[in-house]
Amino acid sequence: MAGNVLRSMVIIRNHTPEPCLCPGPRSPQTSLLYLPRSVFQLCRDSEELAVRRPALSSASFSRGMQTVTLIPGDGIGPEISTAVMKIFEAANAPIRWEERNVTAIKGPGGRWMIPPDAKESMDRSKIGLKGPLKTPIAAGHPSMNLLLRKTFDLYANVRPCVSIEGYQTPYTDVNLVTIRENTEGEYSGIEHVIVDGVVQSIKLITEEASRRIAEYAFEYARNNQRASVTAVHKANIMRMSDGLFLRKCREVAETYKDIKFTEMYLDTVCLNMVQDPTQFDVLVMPNLYGDILSDLCAGLIGGLGVTPSGNIGANGVAIFESVHGTAPDIAGMDLANPTALLLSAVMMLRHMGLHDHGNKIQTACFDTIREKKVLTKDLGGNSKCSEFTAEICRRVQDLD
Amino acid sequence: MSCRQWLLRIICRIMITPNGPRWQQLASRPLSLSAGLCGPEAPLARKDATFKVTMVPGDGVGPELMTAVKDVFKAGDVPVEFEEFHMSEVQNMASEDKLEQVLTSMKNNKVAIKGKIHTPMEFKGELASYEMRLRRKLDLFANVVHVNSLPGYSTRHNNLDLVIIREQTEGEYSSLEHESVTGVIECLKIITREKSRRIAKFAFDYATKKGRNKVTAVHKANIMKLGDGLFLQSCAEVAQLYPKIKYENIIIDNCCMQLVQNPYQFDVLVMPNLYGNIIDNLAAGLVGGAGVVPGESYSAEYAVFETGARHPFAQAVGRNIANPTAMLLSAANMLRHLNLEYHSQMVSDAVKRVIKQGKVRTRDLGGYSTTGDFVRAVVENLHHRPHY
Repeated sequence: MAGNVLRSMVIIRNHTPEPCLCPGPRSPQTSLLYLPRSVFQLCRDSEELAVRRPALSSASFSRGMQTVTLIPGDGIGPEISTAVMKIFEAANAPIRWEERNVTAIKGPGGRWMIPPDAKESMDRSKIGLKGPLKTPIAAGHPSMNLLLRKTFDLYANVRPCVSIEGYQTPYTDVNLVTIRENTEGEYSGIEHVIVDGVVQSIKLITEEASRRIAEYAFEYARNNQRASVTAVHKANIMRMSDGLFLRKCREVAETYKDIKFTEMYLDTVCLNMVQDPTQFDVLVMPNLYGDILSDLCAGLIGGLGVTPSGNIGANGVAIFESVHGTAPDIAGMDLANPTALLLSAVMMLRHMGLHDHGNKIQTACFDTIREKKVLTKDLGGNSKCSEFTAEICRRVQDLD
Repeated sequence: MSCRQWLLRIICRIMITPNGPRWQQLASRPLSLSAGLCGPEAPLARKDATFKVTMVPGDGVGPELMTAVKDVFKAGDVPVEFEEFHMSEVQNMASEDKLEQVLTSMKNNKVAIKGKIHTPMEFKGELASYEMRLRRKLDLFANVVHVNSLPGYSTRHNNLDLVIIREQTEGEYSSLEHESVTGVIECLKIITREKSRRIAKFAFDYATKKGRNKVTAVHKANIMKLGDGLFLQSCAEVAQLYPKIKYENIIIDNCCMQLVQNPYQFDVLVMPNLYGNIIDNLAAGLVGGAGVVPGESYSAEYAVFETGARHPFAQAVGRNIANPTAMLLSAANMLRHLNLEYHSQMVSDAVKRVIKQGKVRTRDLGGYSTTGDFVRAVVENLHHRPHY
């Protein structure tokens, strides 16, 4: 029993929650996050964890399946999820999908929450892949994305924006990562009407969350061989709140001497970003700025249809998602572009240590786009979602 | 203007002026609309046909840009006299007295030209910077940035023509912050119906006046349902009063993405404070940077002319490399505001001609010329005066 626990700990240490775009040296620090799990769970997971160790060195040794919670989402969500599942099947990725639907339900005490079966599944698998969810304005409940973030304490949103060869935009050679604090800031959800016609929204910045995101950003930069981290802020206007965020970034930067740290006003970043995006590397910022900048950067490389995204939470939970809308106008018409969800799934594979599968799928996807023969409408082609998927599947199998 | 036209004009004036001829007015200048609007008992804003304008050079390259404006105005014989006030927080030249002086001057002149007053990040008790306090005292609620591609300077997106209208007295810039407990800071964003409606009305009025056909409200009402929701609702209500102008809305993050992908879909954009700051800069970046886009701020009474993307650009101080295009174009807009149409045209034409020729370009536009070279080129081009 004791040996079992020890073995699990060693193995877990290798499984860090960083979503890596490329394999890099991994830090053992994060293993601490895993230790408080119950012995019971460690025993139960030991079989599953045992197969993760070989997966790190070479995925081809991996025979055991790992469970991933799949939230297909609304609108085009089910179609693109199916596409991803097909491609994963073609690539023989050792993933077992546990499909869960999420809708906001009212729990005891009137609190909005996600359905218990989705939560249980996530608690078990720790890893999720999620399609787009609709956020109706004035529906009475908070947005599902916000609810998921809160439930699993998904504090960091990571979006690598890398120019895709073959998909022409006015910007080339974009290669940057936006890391966004995801739990507080302007999206704290605390708002009230003071008197009729006067609304007060609270932007909440805490020392702890600021330090946590700063640490994650530097850790990410180190693990992914990135040279610099830029803190994006507006401390000249919001002197206390953004000031605190900036102070924490500076403090954390002190402990990461190998990574260059710069700070920049949000407006200056925007101004420079559209003129020369190549000057940026890793950007770390509070919630709203992150929301805006990550979408802006996605725009540089061709939009949300081709941008992957990952959400990293406490206790090793991670949810990867496509961040585009539900596109209700083309839902069910087999016209959707699954690239964003697929690339997010690739990020997920790498996060799980399945680099070989991840690389294979990514290569197949990029090759398909580069050759421009089978592309969905939004990418400038005429093919259907299923044809695009089949083409990627074919290439994945050819790579074997 | 030929003699015959002059005579014709005088005769017309005499015939149509209800209270008989106003000789004093006619003798000054043909384009004297503003004086004509004042009653005879109101004090004249100018003596001997000279307008007084408050000038606040601000920090960074502000003073250099102002020198450029003064040089060009002098060379072009522009009848404007500046009242200069050096206000700077970083150089310890800001005080209540100074602010009062600027305000008094503004009360007389109604028009100002201004550089960015830099806000140091280290604050001592007072959360609101002088820049913001000036804005609030004058109630400069509307910031207008007309982003226009410069003919002859090509960027990734050419032939852009969009207007960004930003509410700049409330929202995130309310300077209401406090530390609830150690390590937890609350920053309040205030949105009011009154101010939202005011900026919406301003935007629609602007669109009507300038013959534009679409206004887009930028918001984040899917997350800030109450705050931005109120802004959005106010815009929609005001839009109903302007049936001829198309009204749309867009979420801020999507707006930023669309701006770098297809900026041509936008016409007039109206938004709360912080989003305005972001979009102003982003859009300025699309057409060549902070050095080329003019901007202006309005209250019901005052008008302040400045650059569109307000940066002190402190790293360029004293290096003679700043691009004065934005400030000169802004100065030209100021002249138009003063009804000095002829001079306005002269200055803006000269600047645009220099850009179009492409021989003299500052570093930010990929050239090697200095600020001084650029100003000299503009001055030389002033003599190609437009023909009426």
